[in-house]
Amino acid sequence: MKFRIYRFNPEKDKKPYMQDYDLDLDNSDRMLLDALMRIKAIDDSLSLRKSCREGVCGSDAMNINGKNGLACITNLTDLREPVEIRPLPGLPVIRDLVVDMSQFFKQYHSVQPYVTNEEPVLEQERLQTPGDRARLDGLYECILCACCSTSCPSFWWNPDKFVGPAGLLAAYRFLADTRDQNTRQRLDNLEDPFRLFRCHSIMNCVDVCPKGLNPTKAIGKIKDMLVKRAV
Amino acid sequence: MGLATKKFDAVIVGAGGSGMRASLQLAEAGYKVAVLSKVFPTRSHTVAAQGGVGASLGNMGEDSWAWHMYDTVKGSDWLGDQDAIEFMCREAPSAIIELEHFGMPFDRNEDGTVYQRPFGGHMQNYGAGPPVQRSCCAADRTGHAMLHTLYQRNVRANTVFFVEWMALDLLKDNSGNIVGVTALEMETGDIYILHSRAVLLATGGAGRVYAASTNAYINTGDGLGMVARAGIPLEDMEFWQFHPTGVAGAGVLITEGVRGEGGYLLNKDGERFMERYAPNAKDLASRDVVARAMATEIKDGRGVGKDSDHVLLKLDHLGPEVIEKRLPGIREISKKFANVDPTEAPIPVVPTCHYMMGGIPTNYHGEVLESTNGDYSSPLEGLFAAGECACASVHGANRLGTNSLTDLLVFGRAAGNTMIKFLRGHSSHKSLPKGAADLTMERINRLNHQQDGESVTEVGGELRAVMQANCGVFRFPELLEKGVQEIYSVAEKVKHTMIADKSKTFNTARVEALELENLIEVAIASLVSADARKESRGAHDRSDFPERNDSDWLKHSMWFKSKSQLEYKPVQLKPLSAESIEPKVRAY
Repeated sequence: MKFRIYRFNPEKDKKPYMQDYDLDLDNSDRMLLDALMRIKAIDDSLSLRKSCREGVCGSDAMNINGKNGLACITNLTDLREPVEIRPLPGLPVIRDLVVDMSQFFKQYHSVQPYVTNEEPVLEQERLQTPGDRARLDGLYECILCACCSTSCPSFWWNPDKFVGPAGLLAAYRFLADTRDQNTRQRLDNLEDPFRLFRCHSIMNCVDVCPKGLNPTKAIGKIKDMLVKRAV
Repeated sequence: MGLATKKFDAVIVGAGGSGMRASLQLAEAGYKVAVLSKVFPTRSHTVAAQGGVGASLGNMGEDSWAWHMYDTVKGSDWLGDQDAIEFMCREAPSAIIELEHFGMPFDRNEDGTVYQRPFGGHMQNYGAGPPVQRSCCAADRTGHAMLHTLYQRNVRANTVFFVEWMALDLLKDNSGNIVGVTALEMETGDIYILHSRAVLLATGGAGRVYAASTNAYINTGDGLGMVARAGIPLEDMEFWQFHPTGVAGAGVLITEGVRGEGGYLLNKDGERFMERYAPNAKDLASRDVVARAMATEIKDGRGVGKDSDHVLLKLDHLGPEVIEKRLPGIREISKKFANVDPTEAPIPVVPTCHYMMGGIPTNYHGEVLESTNGDYSSPLEGLFAAGECACASVHGANRLGTNSLTDLLVFGRAAGNTMIKFLRGHSSHKSLPKGAADLTMERINRLNHQQDGESVTEVGGELRAVMQANCGVFRFPELLEKGVQEIYSVAEKVKHTMIADKSKTFNTARVEALELENLIEVAIASLVSADARKESRGAHDRSDFPERNDSDWLKHSMWFKSKSQLEYKPVQLKPLSAESIEPKVRAY
């Protein structure tokens, strides 16, 4: 199977280039990550992140034939050849397929991604109905792989100012949690032409999310909450 | 060459569940703590835990910590230390409540309390049954929800993370106290000394010693390699858990929660075979029991598929609604890795290496124990361990499902508290002796200059093949002996690994070569300890000694790499306050 892979090692390359590999695959090689590990066994200079190899840790996000996804759950039979693999777009490349994700995490941290509740600590759980808990479904499952934010043109242009789909999904996860008491500050923090309103519902995020989540919908709900509190 | 040095009150190696639970204690108490992780914290392997975390909240019916303790002791085949087990089971409910307050999105009951599901080996009435609902869960993504919640709480506490840093070796002062670690910053390739008053190892498991494993690539036993090289023994390394339900061929985990929710196993005749092996608990017997039953079915020709090499996990009778609500991740994994939609057809599964019961010897405070002429009552100053890398020992010869997450919460918190006490009593840094980092620099320099050596991928593959073939679900004397010989020849090759790429920037080839030096210590300890233990207990099942032998083997194996020697430590049968649970026949 044929692969074209983005290569860049700042210690020796003046600029990035695409390297071709032609690989004999084994029956046990099911996913793209399996193929990349075969390439690494031949050429140990190829750098990429990987860990769980089952789509829950979010390490091996990359741009695969023009679309962001996780190598470990991308089936080789679904890919046209040569399979062109690049780092996630819009973030600085450290080396090969490894990008600097600082800006992405900075935006995630900026939404204060933790439940805030100043009531006295109880000796039992804070009660939550199954219905209230169900509001967190489709939100808490995010694996912070950055497939969404790095496919979003608004994030490409303003990664320092626009929170991006992943960060906003997290923001709504805490707004939606009945245990959280920080709604006003959370909305204040987002009521900004850039932080929230740079989302133009292009929906690339929804298209690429490997967990099937819908950041655009979550962003819409935040906008609704802002409208509701304004009236 | 003088290495750059950074100074901290405490260094925590590993940002999985136990590392981040401990760091939270220290950061909230105002200490300057550095948490090192090879991966961004939410990518640690705790993220892959599925089915739940055990605690006797009693939300679904009567339960008690004493029942949980009984099940854990029995599950451990009496090799677990009963003081540590009592501690864990008593502390578990408060650890869960606390996590819920941190924001963990647990599933709920109609009355608003945390939903709990049944799990293997968890019973009512001191093992008498029927099964108890003790596993607190967030659908089948409990580990993910827990790890993210702990990370989020650490963000709130301003914990300092060193992301993509790999700890390499422990640093000792001239009296043998631990005074820090050396570490590799992966982005730059630079080596640092992290000088600290206390070090916590929270490096997780080492399941990558097996060819078929549910474990992530990062699970290479780094903390175990570090302690082995520092002269500290490894405890009970012959005890490896094979999870009954890994996806056949792929190794990916299918939670025991599937059976907790009512799924069951079938052989090629469509027989629910667990009824024969565990008439009482059936598919909810302990993992070692279920894994052996499956391996027996396959061995006796009742496996499924063209090679008769797996069995089937049926859950379609639960209905799409239950599967979508309680087991959505399983459906996703099954479709991707087995081409099966479990709402319509059963999942092909096979026992797969999953968890390391052994590890770094600690007490229930998280202090690492050192041997003084065979006595393990005094802790090694400055060193702590928690989570899968540690052996307290709560899991003994077989871990119960859900107890890994219970372990990392309870002992992560306990280790954090113990470290705070330790730091209060040790207010200054002990001095770093000259040449403290020599071992690390020898390892790094060797790799930088090695030409024409062994391929890391090939030697790693050999290591995994040796473990897989000789140290599996069933163990045979001739294979164990062969395995010991073979692993020592693999160890020779590990000394001569070569990386073609010698550059510094994010060089994952160098990281993998260094990881292999940790994996080999784990593999040697496992095979030598397994070969020496002449009985069958929990996950260690020998054809030549099929019975448990309490008069000779009710003791922990302690493997010293430094002197290539096995010693033994008595099992603690005395709990903290409860009555001792005397060894008896273990039936489910």
